[in-house]
Amino acid sequence: MAKEIKLMKGNEAIAEGAIRCGCDGYFGYPITPQSEILEHLTLENPYPKTGMVVLQAESETASINMVYGGAACGKRVMTTSSSPGISLMQEGLSYIAGAELPALVVNVVRGGPGLGTIQPSQADYFQTVKGGGHGDYKLITLAPASVQEMYDFVELGFDLAFKYRNPVMLLSDGVIGQVMEKVEVGDYKPRWTNEYIAKNHPWALVGKPESRGHNIITSLQLDPVVQEKVNHKLQAKYKVCEENEVRYETFQTEDAEILLVAYGSSARICQKVVQLGREAGIKVGLLRPITLWPFPKKPLLELSKQVKSILTVEMSAGQMIEDVKLAVECRVPVQHYGRYGGMIPTPTEIFEVLKTL
Amino acid sequence: MTEEIIIAGFGGQGVLSMGKILAYSGAMQNKEVSWMPSYGPEMRGGTSNVTVIISDERINSPTLNQFDTAIILNQQSMDKFENSVKPGGLLIYDPNGISAHPTRKDISIYQVAGTDKSLELGNARLSNMIMLGGFLKLKPVINPEFLRKGLEKSLPERHHKLIPDNEKAVEVGKEILVPIHVL
Repeated sequence: MAKEIKLMKGNEAIAEGAIRCGCDGYFGYPITPQSEILEHLTLENPYPKTGMVVLQAESETASINMVYGGAACGKRVMTTSSSPGISLMQEGLSYIAGAELPALVVNVVRGGPGLGTIQPSQADYFQTVKGGGHGDYKLITLAPASVQEMYDFVELGFDLAFKYRNPVMLLSDGVIGQVMEKVEVGDYKPRWTNEYIAKNHPWALVGKPESRGHNIITSLQLDPVVQEKVNHKLQAKYKVCEENEVRYETFQTEDAEILLVAYGSSARICQKVVQLGREAGIKVGLLRPITLWPFPKKPLLELSKQVKSILTVEMSAGQMIEDVKLAVECRVPVQHYGRYGGMIPTPTEIFEVLKTL
Repeated sequence: MTEEIIIAGFGGQGVLSMGKILAYSGAMQNKEVSWMPSYGPEMRGGTSNVTVIISDERINSPTLNQFDTAIILNQQSMDKFENSVKPGGLLIYDPNGISAHPTRKDISIYQVAGTDKSLELGNARLSNMIMLGGFLKLKPVINPEFLRKGLEKSLPERHHKLIPDNEKAVEVGKEILVPIHVL
């Protein structure tokens, strides 16, 4: 089939990516700046075409627990929200991680804390990668920086979620959610059959055949000895994930003396800053983490041997900077530039900071 | 070629749709495009703006603070964006409701009386396309055949009967361009 190019908002690309990758169910509650996801799903009405269920739940708490139920059955299910709504989902996320279930959650981040603003922000980094819910768990976290990646990362997210039996967070923001860009979309993939799920994901609750015992999905263990074993298993899984799933990209770092580190829309803005810097004769490059957990520690450590300083740019008071500092082991000074509460840094103001380094 | 444009005015003046038509037309012409709206309370009647980038290359930042071209439809937007035009750049504005006219000498400035002309034509909703015409006359980044395709893509099918009027409005805009300060 010929490549199909569409012009869409990031939010619409999430919805389109879900329909086309064979997602089984979406459960969500509208909130700006990501309401176009539910809107697009409702307009497209995928149920007659693919059998995908789209349901507006009564709350975010209900949404995440519907995801919990669908995931327990080995279905590819997802929810989306924005910051305050994602806060309401933290208990469910911890349960899903504890029960080792695959699920996809999208956070189109807005300004906080509290009800905050509806404008873009990246202040949910800590909540996402340091565990917003309780217990020793990790979310595999993908940070899309374009509408194409919003589309592509839905399927990638499901693939990783099932590979590791772990919830995956797509951490986006109001810029990438609202911007319209060109997207190359794929064919419609069929949803998995129950036979396929039973064969490939034997833990899933698909109905008990006589040939095996019960499958039990739970995050509750009354015996701490058993719960410690569960934790050992989780930690071993996270270690494999850290070894195999780090994703990042670099721009003009070959000869860089100053390194910018930014993800999502900040990384797009920083590409402009690299352009401005290079035009002014400053040897500046950019490392963009694509996975925020697992974090690209090794490439950062390598680059820290080459550059004389690092500037992290985030739409927050400085959250990812902590992981950058840990990664580079204090070999070079690491500074932060950020705007908060829904304000977007301009390329020029970052460039002014760059000139002082 | 990269053209970085800000379009700004009141919500309801067709700011976002003008940007959308530009972006769709650019995409149809096989350009890289991005369309980044201000979203939120602006949509409900305050000021509204959209950043549109059309380029032959991959686009980096979809949000900008300096522009090759500003298309300005009200005084608040003039106050906010006159100084955001790059030196040597272009400012096109609708003089309707403008009390403090732009004063910069390092950019080119043109008026397009989009509001007045659209009322004369009997359809106020064409004013944004008249402004777009003025822009395309000065910076022909979109070929007319692709503008038509862009209109077809960005307008819902039930409005396709309005496409000829929109195309005519673009042509009118090209004719009523008034140079104020030309570099």
